[in-house]
Amino acid sequence: MVHRARMGHPGGDLSAADILAVLYFHVLRIDPARPDDAGRDRFVLSKGHASASLYATLALRGFFSEDLLTTYMRPLSSLNGHPDRNKVPGVEANTGPLGHGLPIAVGLALGARLTQGTWRTFVLTGDGELQEGSNWEAAMAAGQFGLDGLTLIVDRNRLQQGDTTENTVTLDPLADRLRSFGWAVVEVDGHDVGTLVATFEALPAAAGRPTAIVAQTIKGRGVSFIENRVEWHHRVPTDGEMALALGELRDPS
Amino acid sequence: MTTGADCRVAFADTLIELAANDPRIVAVVNDSVGSSNLRGFRTRFPDRLVNVGIAEQNLVGVSAGLAGAGLMPFTCGASCFLTGRALEQVKADLAYSRHNVKLCGMSSGMAYGELGPTHHSIEDLAWTRAIAGMTVIVPADPIETVQAVRAAAAMAGPVFLRISRMGVPAVHDDAYRFAIGRAAQLRRGDDVTLIATGVLVHRVLEAADALSRDGIEATVLNMATIRPLDREAVVAAARRGPIVTAEEHTVVGGLGSAVAEVVVETHPVRMRMLGVPGVFAPTGSSHFLLEHFGLTASGIATAARDLLRDGR
Repeated sequence: MVHRARMGHPGGDLSAADILAVLYFHVLRIDPARPDDAGRDRFVLSKGHASASLYATLALRGFFSEDLLTTYMRPLSSLNGHPDRNKVPGVEANTGPLGHGLPIAVGLALGARLTQGTWRTFVLTGDGELQEGSNWEAAMAAGQFGLDGLTLIVDRNRLQQGDTTENTVTLDPLADRLRSFGWAVVEVDGHDVGTLVATFEALPAAAGRPTAIVAQTIKGRGVSFIENRVEWHHRVPTDGEMALALGELRDPS
Repeated sequence: MTTGADCRVAFADTLIELAANDPRIVAVVNDSVGSSNLRGFRTRFPDRLVNVGIAEQNLVGVSAGLAGAGLMPFTCGASCFLTGRALEQVKADLAYSRHNVKLCGMSSGMAYGELGPTHHSIEDLAWTRAIAGMTVIVPADPIETVQAVRAAAAMAGPVFLRISRMGVPAVHDDAYRFAIGRAAQLRRGDDVTLIATGVLVHRVLEAADALSRDGIEATVLNMATIRPLDREAVVAAARRGPIVTAEEHTVVGGLGSAVAEVVVETHPVRMRMLGVPGVFAPTGSSHFLLEHFGLTASGIATAARDLLRDGR
Protein backbone atom coordinates (compact mmCIF):
# COMPACT_ATOMS: atom_id res chain seq x y z
CA MET A 1 0.00 0.00 0.00
CA VAL A 2 2.78 2.41 0.95
CA HIS A 3 4.72 1.41 -2.14
CA ARG A 4 1.73 1.99 -4.39
CA ALA A 5 0.78 5.29 -2.72
CA ARG A 6 4.40 6.46 -2.73
CA MET A 7 3.72 7.68 0.77
CA GLY A 8 3.19 6.29 4.25
CA HIS A 9 4.83 5.08 7.41
CA PRO A 10 6.10 1.54 6.85
CA GLY A 11 8.24 1.26 9.98
CA GLY A 12 5.40 1.89 12.40
CA ASP A 13 2.98 -0.13 10.28
CA LEU A 14 5.15 -3.22 10.67
CA SER A 15 5.87 -2.79 14.38
CA ALA A 16 2.13 -2.71 15.08
CA ALA A 17 1.01 -5.44 12.70
CA ASP A 18 1.20 -8.39 15.09
CA ILE A 19 -0.66 -6.49 17.80
CA LEU A 20 -3.42 -5.51 15.37
CA ALA A 21 -3.70 -9.08 14.10
CA VAL A 22 -4.12 -10.47 17.62
CA LEU A 23 -6.64 -7.78 18.55
CA TYR A 24 -8.83 -8.09 15.46
CA PHE A 25 -8.66 -11.85 15.02
CA HIS A 26 -8.72 -12.99 18.63
CA VAL A 27 -9.52 -10.32 21.19
CA LEU A 28 -12.03 -7.75 20.01
CA ARG A 29 -15.74 -8.53 20.27
CA ILE A 30 -16.75 -6.96 16.99
CA ASP A 31 -18.98 -7.82 14.07
CA PRO A 32 -17.86 -6.51 10.67
CA ALA A 33 -21.49 -6.68 9.54
CA ARG A 34 -22.50 -4.29 12.31
CA PRO A 35 -19.61 -1.84 12.72
CA ASP A 36 -21.82 0.61 14.65
CA ASP A 37 -23.22 -1.92 17.10
CA ALA A 38 -23.56 -0.02 20.37
CA GLY A 39 -22.08 -2.83 22.45
CA ARG A 40 -18.97 -3.48 20.33
CA ASP A 41 -15.51 -3.40 21.83
CA ARG A 42 -13.79 -0.13 20.97
CA PHE A 43 -10.31 -0.01 19.47
CA VAL A 44 -8.62 3.33 18.95
CA LEU A 45 -5.48 3.52 16.83
CA SER A 46 -3.83 6.54 18.38
CA LYS A 47 -0.79 6.21 16.13
CA GLY A 48 -2.96 7.07 13.15
CA HIS A 49 0.02 7.09 10.81
CA ALA A 50 -0.07 3.28 10.97
CA SER A 51 -3.21 3.52 8.88
CA ALA A 52 -2.01 1.07 6.24
CA SER A 53 -1.75 -1.68 8.88
CA LEU A 54 -5.17 -0.78 10.30
CA TYR A 55 -6.87 -0.72 6.90
CA ALA A 56 -5.30 -4.01 5.87
CA THR A 57 -6.42 -5.57 9.15
CA LEU A 58 -9.96 -4.22 8.84
CA ALA A 59 -10.22 -5.47 5.26
CA LEU A 60 -8.97 -8.93 6.15
CA ARG A 61 -11.39 -9.00 9.08
CA GLY A 62 -14.23 -8.28 6.67
CA PHE A 63 -15.12 -4.64 7.37
CA PHE A 64 -14.66 -3.77 3.69
CA SER A 65 -13.32 -5.24 0.48
CA GLU A 66 -9.61 -5.82 0.13
CA ASP A 67 -9.92 -4.16 -3.29
CA LEU A 68 -10.35 -0.85 -1.50
CA LEU A 69 -6.79 -1.11 -0.18
CA THR A 70 -5.44 -0.30 -3.64
CA THR A 71 -6.96 3.18 -3.31
CA TYR A 72 -4.91 4.01 -0.21
CA MET A 73 -4.21 7.76 -0.27
CA ARG A 74 -5.41 8.06 -3.86
CA PRO A 75 -7.49 11.17 -4.69
CA LEU A 76 -10.97 10.96 -3.11
CA SER A 77 -10.28 7.56 -1.53
CA SER A 78 -11.97 6.88 1.81
CA LEU A 79 -8.58 5.61 2.93
CA ASN A 80 -6.83 8.78 4.02
CA GLY A 81 -3.26 8.72 5.21
CA HIS A 82 -4.84 8.92 8.66
CA PRO A 83 -8.14 7.18 9.44
CA ASP A 84 -11.58 8.81 9.34
CA ARG A 85 -14.36 7.17 11.34
CA ASN A 86 -16.99 8.73 9.13
CA LYS A 87 -15.56 7.20 5.98
CA VAL A 88 -14.19 3.81 6.98
CA PRO A 89 -16.27 1.13 8.71
CA GLY A 90 -14.55 -0.14 11.84
CA VAL A 91 -12.53 3.02 12.49
CA GLU A 92 -13.37 4.49 15.90
CA ALA A 93 -11.39 7.73 15.96
CA ASN A 94 -10.00 10.34 13.58
CA THR A 95 -6.43 10.22 14.74
CA GLY A 96 -3.29 11.59 13.19
CA PRO A 97 -2.19 14.36 15.51
CA LEU A 98 -0.40 12.43 18.24
CA GLY A 99 -1.63 12.24 21.81
CA HIS A 100 -5.33 12.19 20.92
CA GLY A 101 -6.18 8.50 21.15
CA LEU A 102 -5.72 7.88 24.85
CA PRO A 103 -8.00 10.74 25.97
CA ILE A 104 -10.68 9.51 23.56
CA ALA A 105 -10.25 5.97 24.85
CA VAL A 106 -10.62 7.20 28.44
CA GLY A 107 -13.92 8.77 27.39
CA LEU A 108 -15.07 5.56 25.70
CA ALA A 109 -14.19 3.49 28.77
CA LEU A 110 -15.82 5.97 31.10
CA GLY A 111 -18.84 6.02 28.81
CA ALA A 112 -19.18 2.25 29.18
CA ARG A 113 -19.32 2.68 32.93
CA LEU A 114 -21.81 5.57 32.80
CA THR A 115 -24.15 3.74 30.42
CA GLN A 116 -23.74 0.26 31.93
CA GLY A 117 -22.20 -0.75 28.62
CA THR A 118 -20.34 -4.05 28.51
CA TRP A 119 -17.75 -3.16 25.93
CA ARG A 120 -14.03 -3.00 26.58
CA THR A 121 -11.82 -0.24 25.23
CA PHE A 122 -8.39 -0.70 23.70
CA VAL A 123 -6.00 1.95 22.46
CA LEU A 124 -2.69 1.50 20.67
CA THR A 125 -0.21 4.35 20.97
CA GLY A 126 3.26 4.74 19.63
CA ASP A 127 6.05 5.23 22.13
CA GLY A 128 7.46 8.52 20.83
CA GLU A 129 3.87 9.72 20.93
CA LEU A 130 3.99 9.52 24.72
CA GLN A 131 6.05 12.70 24.64
CA GLU A 132 2.74 14.48 24.07
CA GLY A 133 1.49 15.75 27.42
CA SER A 134 -2.14 15.00 26.66
CA ASN A 135 -1.36 11.30 27.17
CA TRP A 136 -0.33 11.95 30.72
CA GLU A 137 -3.43 14.02 31.42
CA ALA A 138 -5.42 11.03 30.22
CA ALA A 139 -3.26 8.53 32.10
CA MET A 140 -3.85 10.43 35.33
CA ALA A 141 -7.59 10.54 34.74
CA ALA A 142 -7.77 6.82 33.88
CA GLY A 143 -5.94 6.02 37.11
CA GLN A 144 -8.18 8.34 39.08
CA PHE A 145 -11.32 6.79 37.62
CA GLY A 146 -9.99 3.24 38.03
CA LEU A 147 -10.98 2.32 34.48
CA ASP A 148 -10.31 -1.41 34.41
CA GLY A 149 -12.22 -1.67 31.16
CA LEU A 150 -9.44 0.27 29.46
CA THR A 151 -6.31 -1.29 27.98
CA LEU A 152 -3.47 0.76 26.58
CA ILE A 153 -0.99 -0.98 24.32
CA VAL A 154 2.26 0.91 23.76
CA ASP A 155 4.05 -0.01 20.56
CA ARG A 156 7.48 0.30 22.17
CA ASN A 157 9.68 0.19 19.10
CA ARG A 158 12.04 2.74 20.64
CA LEU A 159 12.27 4.85 17.48
CA GLN A 160 10.55 8.06 16.51
CA GLN A 161 10.69 10.13 13.34
CA GLY A 162 14.11 11.61 13.90
CA ASP A 163 16.02 9.38 16.31
CA THR A 164 15.61 6.88 19.13
CA THR A 165 13.09 7.85 21.78
CA GLU A 166 15.78 7.74 24.43
CA ASN A 167 18.08 10.09 22.51
CA THR A 168 15.19 12.47 21.99
CA VAL A 169 13.22 12.71 25.22
CA THR A 170 13.59 9.58 27.28
CA LEU A 171 10.53 7.50 28.13
CA ASP A 172 12.14 4.96 30.44
CA PRO A 173 11.39 3.75 32.97
CA LEU A 174 8.10 3.65 31.07
CA ALA A 175 6.46 0.85 33.04
CA ASP A 176 7.27 2.52 36.34
CA ARG A 177 5.98 5.83 35.08
CA LEU A 178 2.66 4.28 34.09
CA ARG A 179 2.43 2.39 37.39
CA SER A 180 2.91 5.64 39.28
CA PHE A 181 -0.12 7.00 37.41
CA GLY A 182 -2.27 4.18 38.78
CA TRP A 183 -1.98 1.64 35.98
CA ALA A 184 -1.35 -2.09 36.10
CA VAL A 185 1.52 -2.66 33.69
CA VAL A 186 2.55 -5.76 31.79
CA GLU A 187 5.65 -5.85 29.60
CA VAL A 188 5.57 -8.30 26.73
CA ASP A 189 7.20 -9.13 23.42
CA GLY A 190 4.93 -7.37 20.97
CA HIS A 191 5.67 -9.90 18.25
CA ASP A 192 5.04 -13.03 20.35
CA VAL A 193 1.49 -13.88 19.38
CA GLY A 194 1.08 -16.50 22.08
CA THR A 195 2.14 -14.10 24.81
CA LEU A 196 -0.04 -11.33 23.43
CA VAL A 197 -3.06 -13.64 23.38
CA ALA A 198 -2.43 -14.79 26.94
CA THR A 199 -1.98 -11.21 28.11
CA PHE A 200 -5.22 -10.03 26.53
CA GLU A 201 -7.09 -13.05 27.89
CA ALA A 202 -5.95 -12.16 31.41
CA LEU A 203 -7.36 -8.62 31.32
CA PRO A 204 -7.67 -6.59 33.39
CA ALA A 205 -4.21 -7.15 34.81
CA ALA A 206 -5.50 -5.76 38.13
CA ALA A 207 -9.07 -5.16 39.26
CA GLY A 208 -9.96 -1.50 39.53
CA ARG A 209 -7.02 -0.27 37.47
CA PRO A 210 -6.50 0.43 33.79
CA THR A 211 -4.02 -1.94 32.16
CA ALA A 212 -1.02 -0.86 30.12
CA ILE A 213 0.68 -3.43 27.94
CA VAL A 214 4.13 -2.20 27.05
CA ALA A 215 4.76 -4.21 23.91
CA GLN A 216 8.44 -4.39 23.04
CA THR A 217 8.49 -4.26 19.26
CA ILE A 218 10.85 -3.78 16.36
CA LYS A 219 10.12 -0.92 14.01
CA GLY A 220 9.97 -2.35 10.50
CA ARG A 221 9.52 -5.87 11.88
CA GLY A 222 9.95 -8.62 9.33
CA VAL A 223 12.01 -6.78 6.73
CA SER A 224 15.73 -6.92 7.44
CA PHE A 225 16.68 -3.64 5.83
CA ILE A 226 13.81 -1.72 7.44
CA GLU A 227 14.10 -3.13 10.95
CA ASN A 228 15.33 -0.63 13.51
CA ARG A 229 16.27 1.92 10.89
CA VAL A 230 15.07 5.38 11.80
CA GLU A 231 14.88 6.57 8.19
CA TRP A 232 12.13 4.05 7.48
CA HIS A 233 9.68 5.97 9.65
CA HIS A 234 8.21 7.34 6.44
CA ARG A 235 10.45 6.17 3.62
CA VAL A 236 8.85 4.57 0.60
CA PRO A 237 10.40 1.37 -0.77
CA THR A 238 11.71 1.30 -4.32
CA ASP A 239 10.46 -1.43 -6.64
CA GLY A 240 13.52 -3.52 -5.86
CA GLU A 241 13.17 -3.00 -2.11
CA MET A 242 9.51 -3.87 -2.37
CA ALA A 243 10.26 -7.21 -4.00
CA LEU A 244 12.89 -7.98 -1.39
CA ALA A 245 10.56 -7.00 1.46
CA LEU A 246 7.68 -9.12 0.20
CA GLY A 247 10.04 -12.04 -0.22
CA GLU A 248 11.24 -11.76 3.36
CA LEU A 249 7.71 -11.39 4.71
CA ARG A 250 6.44 -14.40 2.75
CA ASP A 251 9.38 -16.57 3.69
CA PRO A 252 10.89 -15.44 6.99
CA SER A 253 14.16 -17.20 7.64
CA MET B 1 -22.82 50.48 34.51
CA THR B 2 -25.30 47.99 33.15
CA THR B 3 -26.60 45.39 35.49
CA GLY B 4 -28.65 42.35 34.72
CA ALA B 5 -28.70 38.59 34.72
CA ASP B 6 -25.73 36.22 34.49
CA CYS B 7 -26.41 33.88 31.55
CA ARG B 8 -24.66 31.03 33.36
CA VAL B 9 -27.73 30.71 35.58
CA ALA B 10 -30.06 30.22 32.62
CA PHE B 11 -27.49 27.85 31.11
CA ALA B 12 -27.27 25.62 34.17
CA ASP B 13 -31.02 25.63 34.87
CA THR B 14 -31.72 24.60 31.29
CA LEU B 15 -29.09 21.89 31.36
CA ILE B 16 -30.64 20.38 34.48
CA GLU B 17 -34.09 20.53 32.91
CA LEU B 18 -32.84 18.81 29.74
CA ALA B 19 -30.83 16.22 31.63
CA ALA B 20 -33.91 15.20 33.60
CA ASN B 21 -35.47 13.99 30.35
CA ASP B 22 -32.41 12.98 28.33
CA PRO B 23 -30.17 10.34 29.89
CA ARG B 24 -27.50 11.01 27.24
CA ILE B 25 -26.62 14.35 28.81
CA VAL B 26 -23.51 14.50 30.97
CA ALA B 27 -21.54 17.53 32.13
CA VAL B 28 -17.77 17.36 31.70
CA VAL B 29 -15.57 19.91 33.44
CA ASN B 30 -11.96 20.88 34.03
CA ASP B 31 -12.29 21.55 37.76
CA SER B 32 -14.78 24.26 36.81
CA VAL B 33 -17.89 23.07 38.66
CA GLY B 34 -18.25 26.41 40.41
CA SER B 35 -17.22 28.75 37.60
CA SER B 36 -19.49 26.86 35.19
CA ASN B 37 -22.31 27.17 37.74
CA LEU B 38 -22.78 23.39 37.84
CA ARG B 39 -23.10 22.77 41.56
CA GLY B 40 -26.83 22.32 41.13
CA PHE B 41 -26.28 19.87 38.28
CA ARG B 42 -23.82 17.89 40.41
CA THR B 43 -26.25 17.75 43.31
CA ARG B 44 -29.04 16.57 41.06
CA PHE B 45 -26.98 14.19 38.91
CA PRO B 46 -23.84 13.30 40.85
CA ASP B 47 -23.06 10.37 38.57
CA ARG B 48 -23.38 12.44 35.43
CA LEU B 49 -20.76 15.05 36.14
CA VAL B 50 -17.26 14.10 35.01
CA ASN B 51 -14.36 16.17 36.33
CA VAL B 52 -11.10 15.43 34.52
CA GLY B 53 -9.14 17.99 36.51
CA ILE B 54 -7.16 20.87 35.09
CA ALA B 55 -6.47 19.26 31.73
CA GLU B 56 -8.26 20.78 28.77
CA GLN B 57 -6.79 18.58 26.04
CA ASN B 58 -7.96 15.54 27.95
CA LEU B 59 -11.26 17.30 28.70
CA VAL B 60 -12.12 17.55 25.03
CA GLY B 61 -10.68 14.15 24.10
CA VAL B 62 -12.63 12.43 26.88
CA SER B 63 -15.75 14.24 25.70
CA ALA B 64 -15.26 12.82 22.21
CA GLY B 65 -14.98 9.36 23.73
CA LEU B 66 -18.11 9.87 25.80
CA ALA B 67 -19.94 10.88 22.62
CA GLY B 68 -18.58 7.71 21.01
CA ALA B 69 -20.27 5.88 23.88
CA GLY B 70 -23.61 7.40 22.88
CA LEU B 71 -23.65 10.18 25.45
CA MET B 72 -24.11 13.90 24.78
CA PRO B 73 -21.46 15.77 26.76
CA PHE B 74 -21.88 19.42 27.66
CA THR B 75 -18.22 20.21 28.13
CA CYS B 76 -17.70 23.31 30.23
CA GLY B 77 -14.71 25.43 31.05
CA ALA B 78 -13.43 28.96 30.91
CA SER B 79 -13.66 29.80 27.23
CA CYS B 80 -10.05 30.97 26.95
CA PHE B 81 -8.72 27.57 28.01
CA LEU B 82 -11.46 25.41 26.53
CA THR B 83 -10.82 26.75 23.05
CA GLY B 84 -7.21 27.91 23.02
CA ARG B 85 -5.67 25.09 25.01
CA ALA B 86 -7.63 22.33 23.33
CA LEU B 87 -8.10 23.75 19.85
CA GLU B 88 -6.55 20.78 18.05
CA GLN B 89 -8.84 18.44 19.99
CA VAL B 90 -11.80 20.64 19.07
CA LYS B 91 -10.79 20.42 15.42
CA ALA B 92 -9.84 16.73 15.18
CA ASP B 93 -11.75 14.98 17.96
CA LEU B 94 -15.02 16.91 17.75
CA ALA B 95 -15.49 18.70 14.43
CA TYR B 96 -13.62 16.45 12.00
CA SER B 97 -14.89 13.39 13.86
CA ARG B 98 -18.44 14.83 13.92
CA HIS B 99 -18.95 13.99 17.58
CA ASN B 100 -22.05 15.19 19.37
CA VAL B 101 -20.33 17.35 21.98
CA LYS B 102 -21.51 20.76 23.15
CA LEU B 103 -18.58 22.96 24.12
CA CYS B 104 -19.68 25.58 26.60
CA GLY B 105 -17.15 28.38 26.81
CA MET B 106 -17.82 30.13 30.09
CA SER B 107 -16.81 33.64 31.12
CA SER B 108 -15.99 34.42 27.53
CA GLY B 109 -14.83 37.69 26.04
CA MET B 110 -13.36 40.02 28.63
CA ALA B 111 -15.59 38.87 31.48
CA TYR B 112 -12.44 38.16 33.50
CA GLY B 113 -11.40 41.75 32.86
CA GLU B 114 -8.93 42.44 35.66
CA LEU B 115 -7.30 39.01 35.36
CA GLY B 116 -5.68 40.10 32.17
CA PRO B 117 -5.32 38.95 28.57
CA THR B 118 -4.37 35.37 29.53
CA HIS B 119 -7.93 34.99 30.83
CA HIS B 120 -9.66 36.98 28.10
CA SER B 121 -11.25 34.92 25.39
CA ILE B 122 -11.41 37.34 22.51
CA GLU B 123 -10.15 34.97 19.82
CA ASP B 124 -12.55 32.08 20.43
CA LEU B 125 -15.04 33.00 17.70
CA ALA B 126 -12.28 33.33 15.11
CA TRP B 127 -10.82 29.97 16.09
CA THR B 128 -14.04 28.00 16.29
CA ARG B 129 -15.76 29.47 13.26
CA ALA B 130 -12.74 28.62 11.11
CA ILE B 131 -13.33 24.93 11.73
CA ALA B 132 -15.53 22.99 9.32
CA GLY B 133 -18.61 21.46 10.86
CA MET B 134 -18.74 23.67 13.93
CA THR B 135 -21.87 25.50 14.97
CA VAL B 136 -21.02 28.65 16.93
CA ILE B 137 -23.67 30.35 19.09
CA VAL B 138 -23.40 33.43 21.31
CA PRO B 139 -26.56 34.09 23.32
CA ALA B 140 -27.34 37.71 24.15
CA ASP B 141 -29.48 37.29 27.26
CA PRO B 142 -30.94 34.61 29.55
CA ILE B 143 -34.02 34.06 27.38
CA GLU B 144 -31.84 33.35 24.37
CA THR B 145 -29.44 31.27 26.47
CA VAL B 146 -32.26 28.91 27.47
CA GLN B 147 -33.27 28.42 23.87
CA ALA B 148 -29.72 28.15 22.58
CA VAL B 149 -28.94 25.37 25.05
CA ARG B 150 -32.10 23.55 24.00
CA ALA B 151 -31.29 24.02 20.31
CA ALA B 152 -27.75 22.75 20.81
CA ALA B 153 -29.09 19.64 22.53
CA ALA B 154 -31.68 19.11 19.81
CA MET B 155 -29.13 19.05 16.99
CA ALA B 156 -26.57 16.35 16.30
CA GLY B 157 -22.99 17.50 16.06
CA PRO B 158 -20.47 19.74 17.74
CA VAL B 159 -21.53 23.16 18.98
CA PHE B 160 -19.57 25.95 20.60
CA LEU B 161 -21.80 27.90 22.99
CA ARG B 162 -20.17 31.10 24.15
CA ILE B 163 -21.56 32.07 27.54
CA SER B 164 -20.71 35.23 29.44
CA ARG B 165 -20.69 35.95 33.12
CA MET B 166 -21.35 39.66 32.66
CA GLY B 167 -24.81 40.66 33.78
CA VAL B 168 -26.99 41.56 30.81
CA PRO B 169 -30.53 42.92 30.61
CA ALA B 170 -33.11 41.00 28.62
CA VAL B 171 -33.21 41.99 24.97
CA HIS B 172 -35.82 39.39 24.05
CA ASP B 173 -39.24 38.73 25.48
CA ASP B 174 -40.83 35.38 26.17
CA ALA B 175 -42.34 35.27 22.68
CA TYR B 176 -38.85 35.18 21.15
CA ARG B 177 -37.98 32.07 19.18
CA PHE B 178 -34.29 31.41 18.65
CA ALA B 179 -33.29 29.36 15.63
CA ILE B 180 -29.74 28.29 14.81
CA GLY B 181 -28.44 30.25 11.84
CA ARG B 182 -31.10 32.93 11.94
CA ALA B 183 -30.50 36.54 12.93
CA ALA B 184 -33.13 38.24 15.06
CA GLN B 185 -34.20 41.70 13.96
CA LEU B 186 -34.78 43.72 17.10
CA ARG B 187 -35.41 47.07 15.51
CA ARG B 188 -36.14 48.34 12.01
CA GLY B 189 -34.66 51.42 10.35
CA ASP B 190 -33.40 52.29 6.90
CA ASP B 191 -30.32 54.43 7.55
CA VAL B 192 -27.84 51.94 8.97
CA THR B 193 -27.75 48.38 10.30
CA LEU B 194 -26.14 47.59 13.62
CA ILE B 195 -25.22 43.92 13.96
CA ALA B 196 -24.09 42.62 17.33
CA THR B 197 -23.67 39.40 19.21
CA GLY B 198 -23.66 38.37 22.87
CA VAL B 199 -23.28 41.00 25.55
CA LEU B 200 -23.02 43.76 22.94
CA VAL B 201 -26.59 43.35 21.71
CA HIS B 202 -28.24 45.42 24.43
CA ARG B 203 -25.61 48.13 23.97
CA VAL B 204 -26.36 48.27 20.27
CA LEU B 205 -30.06 48.64 21.04
CA GLU B 206 -29.23 51.59 23.30
CA ALA B 207 -27.07 53.03 20.53
CA ALA B 208 -30.01 52.74 18.13
CA ASP B 209 -32.17 54.69 20.59
CA ALA B 210 -29.54 57.43 20.72
CA LEU B 211 -29.26 57.55 16.93
CA SER B 212 -33.02 57.77 16.62
CA ARG B 213 -33.00 60.88 18.78
CA ASP B 214 -30.74 62.40 16.12
CA GLY B 215 -33.06 61.31 13.36
CA ILE B 216 -30.98 58.31 12.29
CA GLU B 217 -33.01 55.13 12.13
CA ALA B 218 -31.10 51.88 12.56
CA THR B 219 -31.97 48.26 11.99
CA VAL B 220 -30.60 46.15 14.82
CA LEU B 221 -29.74 42.51 14.27
CA ASN B 222 -28.82 40.08 17.00
CA MET B 223 -26.49 37.68 15.21
CA ALA B 224 -26.50 34.94 17.83
CA THR B 225 -25.24 32.29 15.43
CA ILE B 226 -21.81 33.11 14.07
CA ARG B 227 -21.57 29.85 12.13
CA PRO B 228 -23.56 29.08 10.07
CA LEU B 229 -24.04 32.80 9.49
CA ASP B 230 -27.43 34.14 8.40
CA ARG B 231 -26.23 35.29 4.96
CA GLU B 232 -29.68 36.41 3.87
CA ALA B 233 -29.97 38.79 6.79
CA VAL B 234 -26.53 40.24 6.03
CA VAL B 235 -27.29 40.69 2.34
CA ALA B 236 -30.60 42.38 3.18
CA ALA B 237 -28.76 44.73 5.55
CA ALA B 238 -26.14 45.55 2.92
CA ARG B 239 -28.84 46.40 0.41
CA ARG B 240 -30.27 48.91 2.88
CA GLY B 241 -26.98 50.68 3.57
CA PRO B 242 -23.89 50.80 5.76
CA ILE B 243 -23.26 48.25 8.50
CA VAL B 244 -21.71 48.54 11.94
CA THR B 245 -20.75 45.34 13.75
CA ALA B 246 -20.04 45.12 17.46
CA GLU B 247 -18.57 42.22 19.35
CA GLU B 248 -16.73 41.49 22.59
CA HIS B 249 -13.95 39.88 20.56
CA THR B 250 -10.98 40.88 18.47
CA VAL B 251 -12.02 42.47 15.18
CA VAL B 252 -9.80 39.89 13.49
CA GLY B 253 -11.87 36.92 12.46
CA GLY B 254 -15.02 37.28 14.53
CA LEU B 255 -18.53 38.57 13.84
CA GLY B 256 -17.38 41.61 11.88
CA SER B 257 -15.15 39.51 9.64
CA ALA B 258 -17.91 36.97 9.11
CA VAL B 259 -20.32 39.72 8.07
CA ALA B 260 -17.71 41.38 5.86
CA GLU B 261 -17.01 38.10 4.07
CA VAL B 262 -20.63 38.03 2.95
CA VAL B 263 -20.85 41.74 2.22
CA VAL B 264 -17.84 41.89 -0.10
CA GLU B 265 -19.05 38.89 -2.07
CA THR B 266 -22.62 40.05 -2.46
CA HIS B 267 -23.31 43.75 -2.05
CA PRO B 268 -20.26 45.76 -0.95
CA VAL B 269 -21.10 48.59 1.42
CA ARG B 270 -19.07 50.56 3.90
CA MET B 271 -18.68 48.90 7.28
CA ARG B 272 -17.30 49.79 10.67
CA MET B 273 -16.17 46.81 12.74
CA LEU B 274 -16.18 47.46 16.47
CA GLY B 275 -14.43 45.16 18.88
CA VAL B 276 -11.00 44.79 20.39
CA PRO B 277 -8.73 46.33 17.75
CA GLY B 278 -6.09 43.65 17.51
CA VAL B 279 -4.39 44.38 20.82
CA PHE B 280 -4.13 42.79 24.24
CA ALA B 281 -6.36 44.67 26.64
CA PRO B 282 -5.00 46.78 29.47
CA THR B 283 -5.92 46.13 33.10
CA GLY B 284 -9.49 46.86 34.07
CA SER B 285 -12.91 45.47 34.77
CA SER B 286 -14.97 44.04 31.95
CA HIS B 287 -17.15 47.15 31.93
CA PHE B 288 -14.12 49.41 31.93
CA LEU B 289 -12.61 47.52 29.01
CA LEU B 290 -15.78 47.66 26.93
CA GLU B 291 -15.81 51.41 27.47
CA HIS B 292 -12.08 51.64 26.75
CA PHE B 293 -12.61 50.06 23.34
CA GLY B 294 -15.67 52.15 22.55
CA LEU B 295 -18.05 49.24 22.95
CA THR B 296 -20.71 51.34 24.65
CA ALA B 297 -23.99 52.76 23.41
CA SER B 298 -22.37 56.14 22.84
CA GLY B 299 -19.28 54.64 21.24
CA ILE B 300 -21.35 52.54 18.87
CA ALA B 301 -23.63 55.49 18.03
CA THR B 302 -20.61 57.68 17.32
CA ALA B 303 -19.14 55.03 15.02
CA ALA B 304 -22.45 54.81 13.15
CA ARG B 305 -22.65 58.59 12.76
CA ASP B 306 -19.04 58.74 11.51
CA LEU B 307 -19.70 55.95 9.07
CA LEU B 308 -22.79 57.69 7.68
CA ARG B 309 -21.00 61.03 7.43
CA ASP B 310 -17.83 59.60 5.84
CA GLY B 311 -19.76 57.33 3.58
CA ARG B 312 -21.87 59.99 1.98
